[in-house]
Amino acid sequence: MNEMVELGKSLAEVRETFRGGRTRGVAWRKTQLRAIIKFLTDNEDQIFKALEQDLGKHPVEAYRDEVGVVKKSANLALNCVEKWMAPKKGHIPLLFFPSKGEVLPEPFGVVLIFASWNFPISLSLDPLIGAISAGNTVVLKPSELAPACSSFLASALPSYLDPKAIKVIEGGTDIAEQLLQEKWDKIFFTGSPQVGRIVMSAAARHLTPVTLELGGKCPTILDSLSGSSDMEVAVKRIAGAKWGACSGQACIATDYVLVERKNAYILVDLLKKIIQRFYGENLKNLKNLSKIVSKHHFDRVRKLLEDPIVAASIVHGGSVDEENLTIEPTILLDPPLDAEIMTEEIFGPLLPIISLDNIQESIEVINSRPKPLAIYAFTKNEAFKKQILTQTSSGSVTFNDVMVHFVCDTLPFGGVGQSGFGRYHGKYSFDAFSNEKAILQRSFLIELEARYPPWNDFKMQFLRLAYSFNYIGLVLLYLGLKRTSR
Amino acid sequence: IALMKSSCKLALQELKHWMTPQKVKTPITTFPSSAEIVSEPLGVVLVISAWNYPFLLSLEPVIGAITAGNAVVLKPSEVAPATSSLLAKFLGEYMDSSAVKVVEGAVPETSVLLEQKWDKIFYTGNGRVGRIVAAAAAKHLTPLVLELGGKSPVVVDSDVNLMVAARRIIVGKWGCNNGQACIAPDYIITTKDYVPKLVDALKLELEKFYGMDPLNSEDLSRIVNSNHFARLKKLLDDDKVSGKIVHGGQMDEGILKIAPTILLDVPEDSLIMNEEIFGPLLPILTVDKVEASFGMINSRDKPLAAYLFSNKKKLKEEFVKTVSAGGLAVNDTSLHVAVSTLPFGGVGESGMGAYHGKFSFDAFSHKKAVLYRSFAGDAPARYPPYTPAKLRFLKALLNGDILGIIRALFGW
Repeated sequence: MNEMVELGKSLAEVRETFRGGRTRGVAWRKTQLRAIIKFLTDNEDQIFKALEQDLGKHPVEAYRDEVGVVKKSANLALNCVEKWMAPKKGHIPLLFFPSKGEVLPEPFGVVLIFASWNFPISLSLDPLIGAISAGNTVVLKPSELAPACSSFLASALPSYLDPKAIKVIEGGTDIAEQLLQEKWDKIFFTGSPQVGRIVMSAAARHLTPVTLELGGKCPTILDSLSGSSDMEVAVKRIAGAKWGACSGQACIATDYVLVERKNAYILVDLLKKIIQRFYGENLKNLKNLSKIVSKHHFDRVRKLLEDPIVAASIVHGGSVDEENLTIEPTILLDPPLDAEIMTEEIFGPLLPIISLDNIQESIEVINSRPKPLAIYAFTKNEAFKKQILTQTSSGSVTFNDVMVHFVCDTLPFGGVGQSGFGRYHGKYSFDAFSNEKAILQRSFLIELEARYPPWNDFKMQFLRLAYSFNYIGLVLLYLGLKRTSR
Repeated sequence: IALMKSSCKLALQELKHWMTPQKVKTPITTFPSSAEIVSEPLGVVLVISAWNYPFLLSLEPVIGAITAGNAVVLKPSEVAPATSSLLAKFLGEYMDSSAVKVVEGAVPETSVLLEQKWDKIFYTGNGRVGRIVAAAAAKHLTPLVLELGGKSPVVVDSDVNLMVAARRIIVGKWGCNNGQACIAPDYIITTKDYVPKLVDALKLELEKFYGMDPLNSEDLSRIVNSNHFARLKKLLDDDKVSGKIVHGGQMDEGILKIAPTILLDVPEDSLIMNEEIFGPLLPILTVDKVEASFGMINSRDKPLAAYLFSNKKKLKEEFVKTVSAGGLAVNDTSLHVAVSTLPFGGVGESGMGAYHGKFSFDAFSHKKAVLYRSFAGDAPARYPPYTPAKLRFLKALLNGDILGIIRALFGW
């Protein structure tokens, strides 16, 4: 009950702050962005510690995927926010002369951000940067499944950011439900499709626009590659994309690999070597690998291996350490396509390899599943690249690498279909939290009588000519040289 | 009709250009690489249209869906039955009937349609049904465009060319389907001092447009059906409201016509000031200073459009900056709907998403990000085992700090 009162007070405060107007000025926005950068610089070690506690992340992984990307986003926003805030001129046809048209971005108002647990810092702060640069006030709810990060954000951010405009609210499902009852001007959600539906249904009651960053089974196609060094680079990248980012618990991690049968064994061999080099020989000597976030998810991932046919397809790994919530990098070769491991998003360190007669079949396999957030394809065949682009649909496609599109802030980051809708990163973050207001400025000069009733044939003819921008015809009409039709 | 022909022509002209992937720059962090954004159709889309502009609001979104390469199911409004059956008959004949289908019907048919899984839903109508559509879409995570309505206010400053302002207000209100338009001026706000002049100008121009007997003027649309007629009649039922009529008020239920009606200073809590009027009744509210009107507008739900008539530069700037609406027009009404370079859509209660021109193409496209990388330039810093040197390199790389990258590479 006390919680609800506190929540009510916080909400009232951010609403009042937005109404007051101070978040609209560019100075306020830049101050907040600078504060985020200072927050990251001042607290890098504490952030690493919190991530290590919640997810067992190595500091290098933590910098690369969390601290570093947010600093980059904040710096970009700081440099560009003024440019982004400027109105965009729209070309107005001569017919409307004299007129001026432009599109002016304005903040939605009070926005709600739900962050996920796998990248608890970047999935909280990256959307926050977008919301702030667009001039909104924000309520941020970090995931309770990453409690150290959540409480760190809740305790430290208020001393850096405007506490009446940006609030961090901690809690679990009940707090989330409370928050969803309220009316927001925008909701930004990162998480699973199931919870995405709940968020969108709640938003529907208030006609609140949403951005949903969901997941999916991101496939990686591995075509035959001529050079052995190319093959090694490809396999290293695939391994990094599976186990190197939160142990497979990433929306854009490689979920499964598609390869031609003749290359399957080379792939497995190379993967084994790389796993050993990067992550250790066995469960006892694991390194550089995050842990599974919670017992619930640990059980969920472990259960995927329980099916005996699936278990029989394991060619490497498979051991689990329940006490430390760790699962070793596991490779499966050709588990059944209708097993849960091939129908559900894995979100864990299990890598199924599906072998095909012909690599072209991978397109069919991908299209038989919901549209994923990303598709990765290692191939030098230009025709095949075109085929993948035109015959599949996904949030994004990366050729000859994995996951790096995440740091390319000139590309929109978002899903399609079951993997979500809306997008962010770079200027797209600013746009995601802005209403693009159309403005037409007209003058009292030049009155066109033909606009007004009473209607007659002349005015009908005028309109016919006007809409086809037939200026010569209009002149002739006015000079009385054009016959009115009918 | 004209607006649609114009949209088709524009789409035909620009389609190739719109479909071309957009190349984007790549940061040094992903060097060497190249990137582009590819527009692809979302798939199978549902367009639900409204009754007040039954052709335009059916076909304009359909044009957008088609140019983006989708298959479309169109559900025209049953409240405009002649148009609905015309569309059902002719679209089948003129278009690829296996890709573009018209489903006629009312609430039961629409409910069944909404239960299906679509790749996008485009709805034009009111906020109540908009919520139903949004809830149905949520079940399948279907993205939406909702073109709703609201009370579009007109602020009239003193010191404007009153005749022109009055004519533009009239044609925007009564010249557009007799007020049954989502962007029709709903109500006016002006100063107490100026209102007599404004009312006089409106009366004068109204007579020029529609004559002494507007109920029987051929130039005035009728109310769409008896339900809406009753709804509008009810807005005037309140004594506190009907007593404020300063012009018009005549009604003829037999021919479903209501004359242009102006009301002055109705109570702000009356029904007529709390619902979108969508009819030929025009309340005028007065304030002491015109600047107060902006706060009044912002205290209500965000409308689809807001209008200001003024010659003062500062007032115009303040209006554009502070009034939140889907679209604004200064010194005119409704015209922005015809400018295809401006996005047409609402915010808050007036909707989400936008269309017209290229915005229609974009509304029905998925913008797929594509990154091309090469096998060369594989930075060991990406992979474990992680070392402090790798961390330094990564920091420099993410910051785009070229000197830092070089230093890290050389181990300095």
